[in-house]
Amino acid sequence: MKEEPHIGVFICQCGINIGGVVNVPEVTEYAKTLPYVTHAEDNLYTCSEAGLTAIKEAIKQHNLNRVVVASCTPRTHEPLFRAACKEAGLNAYLFEMANIREHVSWVHPHEPDKATQKAKDIVRMAVAKAALLEPQTEPEVEVKDVSLVIGAGVAGLTAALSMANQGFKVYLIEKEKEPGGITRRLYKIYPTLADSSEVVEPLIEAVKSHKNIELMTSTTLKDVLGYIGNFNSVLTGPNGDREINVGTIIVASGSSNYTPPKGLYQYGVYDHVITQRELDEKLRRGEIGEPERIIMIQCVGARKGEIQPSELEAFPKSDTAELLRKILKARKEEGWPYCSRICCMNAIKNAILIKEKSPKTDVVILFGDLRVYKEYEDFYRRARDLEVRFVRHIEGVPEEIAQTPEGKLQVMGYDALSGLEVEFLADWVVLSTPLIPNKDEILLARMLKIPIGTDGFMMEAHLKLRPVDTNVDGVFIAGTVSGPKDVSESIISGGAAAARASIPMGNRKVRTEAITAVVDEDLCIGCGLCEEICPYGAPKIEDGKSKIREILCRGCGSCAAECPRRAITMRHFGDHQILAQVKALLVPQSAKEVRA
Amino acid sequence: MVEEPFEKENKAEEKFEPLIVAYCCNWCAYAGADLAGTSRFEYPTNIRIIRVMCTGRIDPTLVLEALRMGADGVLVAGCHPGDCHYQKGNYMMEKRFDYIKKAVKTAGIEPERVRLEWVSASEGGKFAALVREMTEQIKQLGPSPFRLVNNSK
Repeated sequence: MKEEPHIGVFICQCGINIGGVVNVPEVTEYAKTLPYVTHAEDNLYTCSEAGLTAIKEAIKQHNLNRVVVASCTPRTHEPLFRAACKEAGLNAYLFEMANIREHVSWVHPHEPDKATQKAKDIVRMAVAKAALLEPQTEPEVEVKDVSLVIGAGVAGLTAALSMANQGFKVYLIEKEKEPGGITRRLYKIYPTLADSSEVVEPLIEAVKSHKNIELMTSTTLKDVLGYIGNFNSVLTGPNGDREINVGTIIVASGSSNYTPPKGLYQYGVYDHVITQRELDEKLRRGEIGEPERIIMIQCVGARKGEIQPSELEAFPKSDTAELLRKILKARKEEGWPYCSRICCMNAIKNAILIKEKSPKTDVVILFGDLRVYKEYEDFYRRARDLEVRFVRHIEGVPEEIAQTPEGKLQVMGYDALSGLEVEFLADWVVLSTPLIPNKDEILLARMLKIPIGTDGFMMEAHLKLRPVDTNVDGVFIAGTVSGPKDVSESIISGGAAAARASIPMGNRKVRTEAITAVVDEDLCIGCGLCEEICPYGAPKIEDGKSKIREILCRGCGSCAAECPRRAITMRHFGDHQILAQVKALLVPQSAKEVRA
Repeated sequence: MVEEPFEKENKAEEKFEPLIVAYCCNWCAYAGADLAGTSRFEYPTNIRIIRVMCTGRIDPTLVLEALRMGADGVLVAGCHPGDCHYQKGNYMMEKRFDYIKKAVKTAGIEPERVRLEWVSASEGGKFAALVREMTEQIKQLGPSPFRLVNNSK
C-alpha cells in the first residue's frame, strides 16, 4: 500500500512579476482546498535562499512527500527546486512545477481576474499530477576512459591530442590515406598567410608519436552499438574489421567542397573556369603566373535554394543511399541555402597572394554580400590597399561567361551600385563555393543517431549553450561536420569537444535519464512495433516480449503512444499522470470528493 | 464541487470563454510559450498548457479523452519538421493526426477543434498568434458538445 500523498504547494510572487498580476494570496488559499494538499504558502521569491529554506523546512515540519512550486518555467528552475527537495530527503521526481509566470502573469498583464483563475487551474493541475508522482532513480553507468575520434582533420587531431594528453586512450580513425583533412590540401591559410603545413604537420607528428593515440588511416566506422560509457564499435580498414570498446565518441569527420555542376558559370566547359580549391592547388604549383585579369565570383552554390523538410525526413528513414544521392543531386543543381562563412576570406586570401606576387594582375571579386568578421576586416583592407577590386553584383543574376576567339573569358554581368552592365575579359574565372555536408557523414549521423539540421549538417544539442554536444549522450561533434568553420574555429571546436568528452571519462561514471519507457510484460504481445519506431534502438524483442534497454532510452515516449496493446508507459509522464492534469482542469473534484 | 472556472464563465448571460488543452513538447513549443512570456506577447487566457517531452508521446487517447472530458479545443504543438529533439517524434504525431481527426469527426465533434502546429523555441510571437487565432476559431464554433453534456450533469 502506498503512502498517502502529503502535498506542499509553494506559490511564488516573483516580486511583482507574478504578484503584480495574479492574486497570489487568493491562489494560496485556494491551493489549501485541493486534494492531498496539507500545506500551502506564498513566497516573495521561492527560488531565493529564504524560499528554498522554506521548502526544506516545510518538508520536514509537515511531513510532505510531494512538492509543487507555482512560479516560473521548469525549463530553467526545475533543477534548483529538485535539488532543494533532494536536500530535504525527498526524491527529486516527487516534485512538480506550475508555470504561472511565463504562461500567466507575463502574457495576461491586463486581465488580473482571468489570470488568477488560470493560475488556480494550473496549480490544481500540477497538484493532481503531483499526487500520482513516483520516485525515480537515474541509473548510473560506468564510463570507459577510452575515446574514438572519427576524422583526422585539424579538429580531430586537436581533440585526440587533448584527450591523450589528459591520459585517456584515443583511437583516431581517418577515411583517407593520410591525416590532415581539408586543411592539408589548402595552400596558405588566412589571416597569417602561413603555409597550411605549418599548422597541420606538427599536429600530425604529435599525434603519430603519442603513446596514447592509435591512428588508423583508410579506416571507417562500420557499426556501433551501445551507449555512453560503452560504445561497442566496429572499425573497418585495410586489415579487415576490428572491434573496439570506447566510452565516448567525437565525430570530426568534416565536410566536402561543393563542386559546381557542369555548365554552371561554364564550369567544366572552359578549362580556365575553376573553383577556389583548384586555385589553391594551382597557386601552390605556381601555375597561375602573371595573368592580366582574374575574376572571382562569390556565393556559387551558396545562399540559394531551400532544403524541403520532406528531404530531411528521408534521412533517418531511408535505408538506401539512393535517396541521399537524389537529395545531394538536387542541392547540386539548386545550391545550398546557408552562408558558408569561409569563402569571402578564402577569396580575399587568394587575391592577396596573387597581387603580392603579380601586382599588375587585375583581381576583381564579384560579390553580393561580403562577410569579413572580427579582425578579418583588416585583411579585407589589406586587399583594398593592394588594389583588389570589389564589385557588387546582383545576387541571383549569374554572370554570363563566353570564350573569345583569343581564348580569353568574357564575363558579362551587372554592377549593382551603378545598375549598369559590366563586361570583363579575364584569363581565369574562379568560383567561390561553400563547404557542404558529405553523403558519408549523413550516413554516419544515422548510424550514431545524431540529428541532421535544416542545412544538412549534424546538429548540436544546442546552438549556443551546447555547441559541441549532440543529443546522443557521450557523442560529441567538432570541426566542419556541424557546419562551415575555418581552420582556427575547427581547432577551437576540437579542443572544446575533447574537454566535454573528458568529463564523463574523468568521472568514470555518468547518470542517465530517469524518464524512460517501461513495458508491462503481461500486456506485451511482442509485436515489435516499438523496436521498429524507436530512433535509439532501446526496445528489443526477447523471448516474445519487448525489453527496454533503459540506458538507450531518451524518454521521448513515441513507443508508449504507438504501442497497440498500451503495454508501454513512460516514467514521470504516464498516461494516468497526464490525464490527471486534464481531468483536474475539466472535471475537478474537491478534497472531500476524492476522499469519499 | 470546488470552484469551477467554466461554470461561472459559462452562465448564459456571459460570453462563451472556451477552454483549450495544449500538449506542448518540452523542447520547442513549451519553450516557445515561455518565450512568448519573456517577450510579453499577450494572448487570451483560454489555454492550459500540459508539458510532455515530445509530441511523439501524444497517444490519440490523450487528445480524445480531453475532448470527452469537455475541452473545447485541443492543441498539440511540437518542433518543426526536421527539428525534433528525438529525431522523428513529430513525424509520428503528424501521421497519427489524420486518424485522430477522423475519430473526432466520427464522435460528432468538429475536427477543427483539434490542431497540430509546429512552434519552435524561438517563435514566441508565433505561439501567441496561434493561441489568439485558435481561441477565436473555437469561440466561433461555440462550446464543445461534450462540455455541455458534462455540465448538465
